[in-house]
Amino acid sequence: MLPPGSASKVVVAGLLTVSGGIGGTVLYAKWDHKFRAAVEKNVPYSDWLLGLALGPAAQDPGLPIKKRVELAQPPSMIEKQAKKEGAEGPVKDSSPAPSQPAQSLEEASAEATHIISAIGEVPSVPAPCDTEAAAVKECNECHEHKEATAVHPAPTEPMKERPVEEVAARLAQQEQEEQDISASVSASLEDSLASSAKATLQAIGAQEAALQAIMQHTDKLKEAMEAEVLPEEKSNQWKDLEAALADRTTALNDARAALSKANESLDSLRSVIDESKGLKISSVRPLVLAAEENLHNMVVDLDKMVMKVQSAESEAKIVSQYSELVNEAKRQFQREVSSLTPEIQANWKGLTGKLSTDDLNALIAHAHRRIDQLNRELAEQKVREKIHIDAALEQQKLEDQKALDNAVNTALQHVKEDARLDQERKLAELREVMEAEMRTQLRRQAAAHTDHVQDVLKVQEHELKAEAEQVLSSKMLEQETRYRQLTQEQLDNFTLDMNTAYARLKGVEEAIDSHVVAEDEARKAHQLWLSVEALSYSLKTAEADVPTVPLENAAQAVRDSCRDNDFALALASALPEKSLQRGVYSEASLRARFNSLRSLARRVALIDESRNSLYQYFLSYLQAALLFEKSQEAPPSQLSSEDLDPFKLLSYASYCLEHGDLELAAKLVNQLRGEARRVVEDWLIEARLTLETRQVVNLLSAYANAVGLGTTQAP
Amino acid sequence: MADEHARKWDRCLADTAVKTVTGLGVGIVFSLIVFKRRAWPLSFGSGLGLGMGYSNCQHDFRSPYLIHGRMVKVSAQCNFHCLSEVCDTRSHHAA
Repeated sequence: MLPPGSASKVVVAGLLTVSGGIGGTVLYAKWDHKFRAAVEKNVPYSDWLLGLALGPAAQDPGLPIKKRVELAQPPSMIEKQAKKEGAEGPVKDSSPAPSQPAQSLEEASAEATHIISAIGEVPSVPAPCDTEAAAVKECNECHEHKEATAVHPAPTEPMKERPVEEVAARLAQQEQEEQDISASVSASLEDSLASSAKATLQAIGAQEAALQAIMQHTDKLKEAMEAEVLPEEKSNQWKDLEAALADRTTALNDARAALSKANESLDSLRSVIDESKGLKISSVRPLVLAAEENLHNMVVDLDKMVMKVQSAESEAKIVSQYSELVNEAKRQFQREVSSLTPEIQANWKGLTGKLSTDDLNALIAHAHRRIDQLNRELAEQKVREKIHIDAALEQQKLEDQKALDNAVNTALQHVKEDARLDQERKLAELREVMEAEMRTQLRRQAAAHTDHVQDVLKVQEHELKAEAEQVLSSKMLEQETRYRQLTQEQLDNFTLDMNTAYARLKGVEEAIDSHVVAEDEARKAHQLWLSVEALSYSLKTAEADVPTVPLENAAQAVRDSCRDNDFALALASALPEKSLQRGVYSEASLRARFNSLRSLARRVALIDESRNSLYQYFLSYLQAALLFEKSQEAPPSQLSSEDLDPFKLLSYASYCLEHGDLELAAKLVNQLRGEARRVVEDWLIEARLTLETRQVVNLLSAYANAVGLGTTQAP
Repeated sequence: MADEHARKWDRCLADTAVKTVTGLGVGIVFSLIVFKRRAWPLSFGSGLGLGMGYSNCQHDFRSPYLIHGRMVKVSAQCNFHCLSEVCDTRSHHAA
């Protein structure tokens, strides 16, 4: 007996040891995870303790590192992408792009290429895109160029092509124009000619009238001057004279107006003629020429008349001068007389009775004086006659000269005009002749040309004919060959179509046949499946401790439904005879039976061929009473020698049966030896039977399902 | 087969009981008639009966493991198909 004090010492020491051991274990487990795992595995409730002390065990660290590495890689690629895009962006903005669509295209392509290159594929994609963009740009430029160039040739082309047609058109147009112009010109010329002729005639008439009036007046004046008629007639004469003077003035005015009008019309005619001359159209020339001649004639006539009128006027002037002188002398005389005899009135001829003798004497004296004066003047005049005559001659000469000059000028003008007109006429004639000659030449040339053209045409005709015939023949040949080819093609196509149709028909027939066959197969497969299902259903009819119905009918049905199917037939005939005649037990009944068998097998576990006396039986019973094993234990994947202990085998088999694995249970039970084996032999046989039957039925069912699936037509 | 075991036990026990009682009865008879009412024929008879019953029981339980051989005469014609002489001498393995 230990002293009481040492007991506490022992207890304390023991406690310290235990706690030290536990603490050390915990600390070491914290440091070494493998140790912790081993401790948890081997010592029960250590995992609870260690979890309490250290927290849950750390997770397997192997995986996350890899994940982090993987995650790290893609972000780098994305960053690279973003950086590249960022670099590209400002570059693109800085460089001005020519056209917006091209730029966007380039950008898109650049992005795409960057993404692709970032992923790591061959970066050959940008090339086609860029060239495409460039090609697009080029194409745009080309289009522009083409358009520009297309625009340029367009206006020049018509200019080249038109002249042939244009010439003809222009010629026709010109002719038309010429005709129109000539018509208009002729019309205008005629009008102006008519008007000028009328005016000229009028002027000439007026001039004639004026001439007449002048001459009349002059005559009257002469008469009045020279004729010594009675005073009454003198006054009548003077009245007539005045009337004649008035007539003369009016006639002269008329003549002047008419002359001016005629001049105007002549001027207009001349302007028209000049205009029409300016047009330079040949057909107008004769008209112009005629108009000019008319104009010239009219001008000549007018000038003549004017000259006549002028000469008459000059004569009248002389006469009027003379009359003026006479009147002047008369007046002088009258004045003298009146100065001498103031009472006498002017008209002294009517006053012969009123005059006194003084007056008469004065008058006679005056008359004498006057006569003396006049005689003296006459003598002077006679003396100066020559000088006067010379002066007058001179004057007359001058006047004549002037008149001559005028006449000469006018005559010169007329002659010039005549010459010009002659020239023009001759020119016109010459032109006509030349035209005629030209026409004849042209006609000759035209004839020659037509001959030549005819010859050329003939030759060309021959050539063209030959060419055309050749072309025709070649085309005909071509057409024929093409026709033959086409017919052949058609025939071929037709035969092809026929063949294809026939093949298709055959195919359709085959398809139908195969369909029929397939349907047949399907029907058979369905029948088989149904029969197999019936068979498998009949397996389920097993109740507790009562076997199923005999499977003969179902098996017969299966056999009937697979008469030509060797595999199924073989399977169907592989069903064990016993199952057909008597039926099989269900797994549940087997399980139940096994439980009762187990105790018996445990009891005779020690009995085998060598040990089978009653004493052994007693020992075996004792063993069974004293030995405890797990009622169910999961069997290992490989049985070792110690697993062949009947008790263990029985617990494994029980476990398997509880988990529905009849096969494994049967296998395990098959390992029993000796009396235990004999005891479970029946059960084993039944189990084997059941397993066999089930296997066959499963096979048949699988086979029926497979065949059924095979024959099912997909929609 | 498990029922067989039970049946065997039934048979065995019944047989043993019968034999024991029969032996006892014979012993009683012999004891009364021949051996002047001595006790030893009863125990002898019951013992005899019990032993026979035990032996029968054991034999019954052993019966599946017993192999019956037979002697086969080897004829001159079948030299190659000699049926081996099987003779199993059961060695009683004493417990």
